[in-house]
Amino acid sequence: MADLATRPPLLHLARSRLRLRPGQTGVVIAGLVLLVAVVGSLLAPLVWPLDQSAVALDQTRLAPSWTHLAGTDDLGRDVAHRAVYGLRVSLLVGAVAALVATVLGGVVGGIAGMLGGRVDRLLMRMVDTIAAMPHLLLGIFIVAMLRPSLGAVIASVGLTHWLSTARIVRSELLSLRTRPFVDAAISGGAGRFRVLTRHLLPHVLPRLALATTLMIPHAVWHETALSFLGLGLPPHLASLGNMINDGQGSLLTGAWWASLAPGAVIVVVTLAIAVLAARWRDRLDPRVRAELHL
Amino acid sequence: MTRSGRLAGAGAVVRRRLLVAVPVLAATSIGMFALGAASPVDPAKQYAGAAAFTASEENLAQIRANWGVDDPLPVQYLRWIGNLVQGDLGWSTSRHEPVASVLSARAGWTLLLIGVALALALVGSLLLGSLAAYRRGGLFDRALRTAAYAVQSMPVFWLGLAAIAVFALALGWFPAGGLTDVTATSTSWADVAHHLILPVGVLAVSQAPWFVLFVRDAVAESMRDDHVLAARARGLPGRTVLFGHALRTALLPFLTLVGTHLPELVGGAVLVETVFSLPGLGAVTVAAALGSDFPLLAAITLVTTAVVLAANLTTDLAYAAADPRVRLDG
Repeated sequence: MADLATRPPLLHLARSRLRLRPGQTGVVIAGLVLLVAVVGSLLAPLVWPLDQSAVALDQTRLAPSWTHLAGTDDLGRDVAHRAVYGLRVSLLVGAVAALVATVLGGVVGGIAGMLGGRVDRLLMRMVDTIAAMPHLLLGIFIVAMLRPSLGAVIASVGLTHWLSTARIVRSELLSLRTRPFVDAAISGGAGRFRVLTRHLLPHVLPRLALATTLMIPHAVWHETALSFLGLGLPPHLASLGNMINDGQGSLLTGAWWASLAPGAVIVVVTLAIAVLAARWRDRLDPRVRAELHL
Repeated sequence: MTRSGRLAGAGAVVRRRLLVAVPVLAATSIGMFALGAASPVDPAKQYAGAAAFTASEENLAQIRANWGVDDPLPVQYLRWIGNLVQGDLGWSTSRHEPVASVLSARAGWTLLLIGVALALALVGSLLLGSLAAYRRGGLFDRALRTAAYAVQSMPVFWLGLAAIAVFALALGWFPAGGLTDVTATSTSWADVAHHLILPVGVLAVSQAPWFVLFVRDAVAESMRDDHVLAARARGLPGRTVLFGHALRTALLPFLTLVGTHLPELVGGAVLVETVFSLPGLGAVTVAAALGSDFPLLAAITLVTTAVVLAANLTTDLAYAAADPRVRLDG
């Protein structure tokens, strides 16, 4: 927590950077939530170390209290403590998997957008067809064949979530290609590679960064869904999906916090990411200020 | 264009779609097969189960020979895909029965869950989205949008567990899972319906935000159309303007988008079935995944994809038939 002397300038900075109108407190709250989530999960091993395998069988299913903010689960483990580490894993997996998906989608969309014509039509038909595959089923198939592990989960998310990025990059490139500055560069003697790297990429990158950010919540949902089904991260590891899965038994006996508290963490953090990304998109494209976010 | 001309166009569209879908599905099946072949699980030992620890090398070799798992991979692939195309979906190694009989015994419940939830989500979102669009920026609009964003960030299995905690455990209105009462000796429709209310509701609510936000935007857009303004100027009642004029214009494009949302719905159904212990495809999919049951998983994935593709094609063709201005280029 920042001390009082630095807080107002920080808020002011955030306001001016995001061009906040008064009343857009949702964005500020989302930013703070995300800041706490990221800093918290980065610093957790230093300030609040967790023994992943520790259990306390004399303190099972305790209701939330001041000593156990989110209660304890059926093995007496502190739910809030493990949720911090679960969030850490989820954000890590989400960010890496979103990057993988962005690279895949960027390459496919880039080829389609740069070459245009027949290749573009073919690639986009392919994307449309692949979009008809239920991506959870495909993701389950991938982890089942690779055996559940961190790498399998990342592969599962990356291989199933690149389609939207491919579409975004492709349509960006197609519209950019017809703009006068690209004609000017070509008539100035720039080759295809130079046009791509010096003139087109700088325009596409902000979109790509936004697409990656918007992907993180999806990656987190996918990862937690796999873990919830028992197909994701190793069961002893404190991950949000594993915790929700483990907590099901407790939930049925009335200890709802073991499952619902880790889930609430997912809801709050992904909502915060979505709110910030929506604001970011409005700034990228002020002409079509979307009232519809996400 | 004449009606017969449009229908001839439909034939070309079907051909073009198949021309892309078949190679893509073939490529996907090769990718899936390669992944299955690279999997560290030994199918012979998996088939033998616990007996693999005591089975002799000859017995395992016999199983291998029977299954043809030592043949070259292209041969194995062609055998698998050839059988698949001819309708033989293979043998499920996790359930020890033909994949086709697993699917036929279970798909009905999943289809019922998806169908009713989709219908509920559609009706609800058309109603709520239109009402929100009527007074854009009003209290109801803002509340609905906030709720939609909030629900959108809730994983469907978490929503299901929360529903169980509230409606099954705290209030005791509905059962927490299963399809029939544990004491029931026969299956009665009333009992099944009572058990399905919560799962169907959870699936519908979890899918609704996307629909609601789309309807709200589309109707808000068409509220500005000339014919809607004209209807208002003639002094027609608000309800007629909203549902008879504005929603009607927005309805067709919306219905085609429903098809693209089906894969999402299938994934949601798998998770909801798991939460509520329903005997649909979700439970077998998870069990198959835990047992690395390649034939069953591959068949479920490819069959659902084919069904979604067919549904998309049908909605697109219906759209083109309903609106003569629409031309399909794909």
